Amino acid sequence: MTNAIEAEGLIKKYGDVVALDGLDLEVAEGTVMGLLGPNGAGKTTTVRILTTLLVPDAGRATVVGHDVVSDARALRRVIGLSGQNAAVDEHLTGFENLDMVGRLYHLGRTRSRERAHELLERFDLVEAGGRPAKGYSGGMRRRLDLAAALVAEPPVLFLDEPTTGLDPRGRLGMWDVIADLVRGGTTLLLTTQYLEEADRLADKIAVIDHGTVIAQGTADELKAQVGGERIEFTLTDAGQIGAACAALASLGSGAARTDASARRVTLPVDGGAAVLVAAIRELDAAGIAVQDVGLRRPTLDDVFLSLTGHAAEIEAEQADDEPDTGQQDSSQQDSSQQKEVASR
Amino acid sequence: MSAMTEAAGDAFVITKRNLIKIKRVPDLLVFTTLSPIMFVLLFAYVFGSAINVPGVGYKEFLIAGIFVQTVVFGSTFTGYSLAEDLQKGIIDRFRSLPMAPSAVLYGRTLSDVVNNVISLAVMALTGLLVGWRIHTSFAGAVLGFVLILLFAYAISWVMALVGLLVRTPEIVNNAAFIVIFPLTFIANTFVPTNNFPEPLKTFANWNPVSAVTQAAREQFGNTSPLLPVPDVWALQHAVAYSLIWVILLLVVFIPLSIRQYGKAASR
Ligand SMILES: Nc1ncnc2c1ncn2[C@@H]1O[C@H](COP(=O)(O)OP(=O)(O)O)[C@@H](O)[C@H]1O
Ligand SMILES: [Mg+2]
Repeated sequence: MTNAIEAEGLIKKYGDVVALDGLDLEVAEGTVMGLLGPNGAGKTTTVRILTTLLVPDAGRATVVGHDVVSDARALRRVIGLSGQNAAVDEHLTGFENLDMVGRLYHLGRTRSRERAHELLERFDLVEAGGRPAKGYSGGMRRRLDLAAALVAEPPVLFLDEPTTGLDPRGRLGMWDVIADLVRGGTTLLLTTQYLEEADRLADKIAVIDHGTVIAQGTADELKAQVGGERIEFTLTDAGQIGAACAALASLGSGAARTDASARRVTLPVDGGAAVLVAAIRELDAAGIAVQDVGLRRPTLDDVFLSLTGHAAEIEAEQADDEPDTGQQDSSQQDSSQQKEVASR
Repeated sequence: MSAMTEAAGDAFVITKRNLIKIKRVPDLLVFTTLSPIMFVLLFAYVFGSAINVPGVGYKEFLIAGIFVQTVVFGSTFTGYSLAEDLQKGIIDRFRSLPMAPSAVLYGRTLSDVVNNVISLAVMALTGLLVGWRIHTSFAGAVLGFVLILLFAYAISWVMALVGLLVRTPEIVNNAAFIVIFPLTFIANTFVPTNNFPEPLKTFANWNPVSAVTQAAREQFGNTSPLLPVPDVWALQHAVAYSLIWVILLLVVFIPLSIRQYGKAASR
């Protein structure tokens, strides 16, 4: 299989800040690559270089065989980009935005209009299509921005944090749209701060930290490394921890971890909710009082903890502190887990 | 399609986009038209009551000066808008498209000419109402307006570079203000330079704003033998000197701006 995207030893510095520190990446044609990393890891810088918006200080990269520096103009014909912040023109209507992009891809007048109508339909923006984008919600802007990236039906697509800032419904909607899109064989490079999102959408994930790829593989491979799902019990009485471990022994996929000061037992499991129900029954039968229980899926922070020995650090916390209206549950889960990690 | 036609087509698409904005943001249109009207009225009646210009009368003398000052200020809009597009990531979108790299700048400066044409038309009408007249021919009048627009177009390219370098719309405006205010006042725009103290007088007489204003006055017939033109080459050959500046600014700032555009990413 040939690679649609290849990057080798990319380096990019902003003054003293090393944004990319020898990044290597290969994305096979027709596959989805998830670039997973906390805020400040270098995701946007990577996307900017691959879409010709930035010139790397060192290293080389190609998209469908076009060099990002020497062959930029030809490269732009085969890509679509939806950047981290929706780049729609507020004063133009949805239709005018798409029509303009079509003209600038040189699709011609008739085809540009046709395509604009098609995309408004596909992204559920027909009604809003005649209104200036100024009045659009965050989700509508994101959809319009994504539609703009698709105008020329490019074989390679770049989406930089396509769901950041969306409410849970918007996020699920966007996932469906993206999943739909890649079914058509488009090569997609997607960046995200959420393991769950990469898991759901990507064939392969590259975990990036401080400007380099620190791990690569399928979601399952990464999760195996991290330890997959686990159930966390908080007991009422720390003295029952031993008894709880004994009661749960047969249900776990590995040995339970305990934390007496937090009265906590963490059990790695396969099989999700069904195991959770069985585990509660076992504890109940053994007369062990449980104050709190929850099924935890691995998050970006777990991946980081297991890969680097440190949490996804301050940058990711800052991201969660941003007044991002409507951050959804998974991100709240992220931040609560970060705090746990920090207090351990 | 040849590269030239393609680039022209791209610039046309961008121009159209910018013009839609003039239509959609009425504040903008009000600003482009209202403030020139105010300027004409304030200067004509407040200063006009005190300043006596021999041979032509103050209102006749004033109008060309106001035209030039207004369009020079108007060209800061070029830099302001580019900085705004940069800040909102729209330039990123354009730069990721296979369009001509010069098109965004040509489209921008071209639509700002339209802006200036609107202000000029409004000011000319206001001028006619308060008693300004063109005493030459239709051709002379057209030439006068074209010269003013050309000069504004050249300044637009300077502002384009400023906008791409500064990246913050408000700062572009403030910075431009600090430069353009003295540039348009230390000139023959509002009063004859004859009585200026020495260093200012030399500056004013060689200031391209003065030359463009003088050239426009000549083309409109707003001059008089009673008001002699200072004996400086720049003002004795006002049209030629103005055109030299226009060409110089364009030759320097078009390539510089296009180069900067190629490097400009948001953030
Ligand atoms: N224009 C810039 N000037 C200075 N530093 C920058 C600039 N862009 C990015 N950086 C820095 O480079 C690093 C990588 O940033 P970025 O690629 O945006 O990360 P991510 O998209 O993963 O959050 C960060 O430390 C960021 O602060
Ligand atoms: Mg980013």
